[in-house]
Amino acid sequence: MAALVLSALILVIFNFARDPTVIRAQDLAPSALWVTITFAATTALNRAFAVELDHGALDGLLLAPVGREAIYLGKLLGNLVFTGIVQLITIPLFVLFFNLDLHGTLPAILLLAFLATVGFTAVGTVFSALTVRVQFAELMLPVLLLPFMVPPLIGAAQVTSKLLAGRPLADSAGWLQILATYDIVFLTLSVLVFPAVLDE
Amino acid sequence: MLTVLALLALAAHYVRAIEYTPIEATQGLAQKIFYVHVPAAWSAFLAYGIVGVCSALFLWLGDRRLDLFAEASAEVGTVLTLIVLTTGPLWGKPIWGTWWQWEVRLTSTLFLFFLMVGYLTLRRSIFDPLVRARYSAVVGILGAMLVPFIHLSVYMFRTIHPKPVILNPEGPTLPGSMLSTLLEGVAIMTVAYLGLVMLRYGIGRLQEEKEARHAAAS
Amino acid sequence: MPSPLLHATGIRRAFGPRVVLRGLDLALAPGETLAIVGPNGAGKSTLLRILAGLIKPSAGEVTLDGVKLTPAEPGSRRTVGLLSHRSLLYDDLTVFENLVFAARLMGVADPKAAAKFALAEVDLSARADDSPRTLSRGLLQRAALARALIHKPRLLLLDEPFTGLDAVASERLQRLLRERRPAGLGTVVVTHQVAEVWDFADRVVALVGGTWALEESPGTPLDAFMRRYREVVPA
Repeated sequence: MAALVLSALILVIFNFARDPTVIRAQDLAPSALWVTITFAATTALNRAFAVELDHGALDGLLLAPVGREAIYLGKLLGNLVFTGIVQLITIPLFVLFFNLDLHGTLPAILLLAFLATVGFTAVGTVFSALTVRVQFAELMLPVLLLPFMVPPLIGAAQVTSKLLAGRPLADSAGWLQILATYDIVFLTLSVLVFPAVLDE
Repeated sequence: MLTVLALLALAAHYVRAIEYTPIEATQGLAQKIFYVHVPAAWSAFLAYGIVGVCSALFLWLGDRRLDLFAEASAEVGTVLTLIVLTTGPLWGKPIWGTWWQWEVRLTSTLFLFFLMVGYLTLRRSIFDPLVRARYSAVVGILGAMLVPFIHLSVYMFRTIHPKPVILNPEGPTLPGSMLSTLLEGVAIMTVAYLGLVMLRYGIGRLQEEKEARHAAAS
Repeated sequence: MPSPLLHATGIRRAFGPRVVLRGLDLALAPGETLAIVGPNGAGKSTLLRILAGLIKPSAGEVTLDGVKLTPAEPGSRRTVGLLSHRSLLYDDLTVFENLVFAARLMGVADPKAAAKFALAEVDLSARADDSPRTLSRGLLQRAALARALIHKPRLLLLDEPFTGLDAVASERLQRLLRERRPAGLGTVVVTHQVAEVWDFADRVVALVGGTWALEESPGTPLDAFMRRYREVVPA
C-alpha cells in the first residue's frame, strides 16, 4: 500500500517539477515512469527478508525439506508479484497524469515492464537476503542495488519513448535483446549464488 | 620491493611522457593527461575483473586468501578509478569545454566507482570475517557481471568520447612515439597496480593472523 | 540394542580460526531423551543446528534413521522437528494459519487437519485464530511446539525451550513434552539450566569447551551431578 502511494506521489512531483512550456509531458514521461517503478521495487525488496528475521522464521524455511533454490524462487516470485501489482496500478496513473495517448501500445509497455523488472529483482532478492543481516540494511540495499537498475532503466526508458512516439516495437529490437539477456544472466547467477547467502 | 620499483618506473615514465613525446596537434599540452588517464582506466577495470574472478573462485574453493586478494584489488581499484574520474574532467574541460559528459567510458567508470565503493562499504559493515568474505564474494561476482551491461547500455545511448585509439577497428592511430609511450604507461601502471595489491594483500594477511591469535586466546 | 535413531560421529565445527566442536560422537535410541547441558558458548546450539541439518559440520557426519543428514539433501530433513527459544512463527498470520503453512512446507498430506490436531495436542485450540503477537510467552512456546511436531518427526530437537518461561508455563511445557510426545520420538534438549531437564531426560551429558565432559544416567541425584558439574565448568 505504501509503495502505491509512493509511486503516485513521485509521479505527481515529476509533473510539478517541470516547466510545462519547455518540457513536453511526453518527453518526461518515460523517465518519470521508470524512476517511479524503481523506487517502488526497492521498497518491496527492503521488506522481503525482514519478515523472516522476526522470531527466526527463516529457520522454519531452512528446516523444510526443500532446496535453498526453492526458497529463493519463492521469494523472487513474491517480489515480482508485488512489483507487478504496483506497476499495474502505476502505469494507468501515469497515463492519466501525463495525458498520454498510448496508441494502443499498452501490451507492449506491460511486456517491457516485465522484462525490465525481472533482472534487477532477481539480484535484489539476493541482496535483500544479504543486507538483512547487515548494519544499516535500509541504506545498504539501495546502495548495492541501484547500479543494477541502470541498464534495465535505460533500456526501458528508451523503448518507452520510442513507443510513445508511435514507433513499432520491432524498432527497439536491440534494446529488447539486451533486456532479455540481462534477465537471463542475472537470474541464473542469482540462483547460483543465493545458497552462499544462507549458509552459516 | 616490486612496488617501489614500479612507482619509480611510473615516475620515469611521466617524465618521458611530459618532456619527450611530441605535443599532439589539435589538443595541445592537455593531451598529456591521456598518459595517466588511460593506463589508470585500464588498470581499474582489470582490478574489478580480478575482484569478480577471486570472488567466484572463493565461493567455489573457500580459500580465504582469495577473499583477501579481492579486497586488496578492490581498494587499489577504487583509487585508480578516482584517478580516472579526476583526470577525465581535467582533460575534458580544455578539450570539450565541459567538465563532464555522459558518454560511455566515463559513465562506465563512474559506475565502476559506485560498485567498488558499495563492495567496500559492505565489507566494512560486517564484522564476522567468514560472513564478510562470503557476502562480499556474492556482491563481487554480481557487480563484475554488471560492468559489461552498463558499458553496452550507455554505448547504445550515445557516444562522444574520442574513439578508442588502440582497440580501434582501423588499427592504432597514434604515431609511433606516442603509442609506445602509452603502451609503456599501461604496462607500468599494471605492474604498479599489482605491486600495490600485493602490498595490501600482505597487510590483509597480517590482520587476519592477528585476529586468529586473538580468537584463539579468548 | 535397537539400532540408533540418531547417530553422529566425529562432529567438528570451526568458525574460521575458532574451533567450537572438537570431534564429538553421539547416539540416540528411539524414544530416548538426551539432555545436553553446558555453559553458555560451549557450542550446544551449534551442535543442535548441525543435528537439525541447518548447518554443515566442518568434519564428521550425522545419520538419522539410517539416512545421512546434509543441508544439500533436503529430503533428509523431513523427520526433524525443532523447538527453539524463538517461535519461528509469523506475526502476520494467525496461529492456525502459521501451522497450516508449516504443514504445507513440511509436505504434510492434509495440512488443515494436521494443524487442528496439533493445536489440540498442545491445548491451544481456543487461540487458533489469534495472532502470535497476542500470545504470552508460555502460549507462544506451546504454539511453537505444535509447529515442531506437526509433521510427525522422528527426532525432536529443543534449543533452550524454557527460556523466558515462568515456573507455571515451564512446568506446563515439561508436562506436555512428557505426556504428549508420540512413542518412539527421540528427543535432544539443549539447555544451560540443568535443573529444568533433570526429571525429564533419560540421559544427561555435559558439553564443555567443545568436548563431552560428563555423562549421567537416570537415578543419580541432581546435587551429586551438580557437584561434579561445577568442577568441570570454568567459573
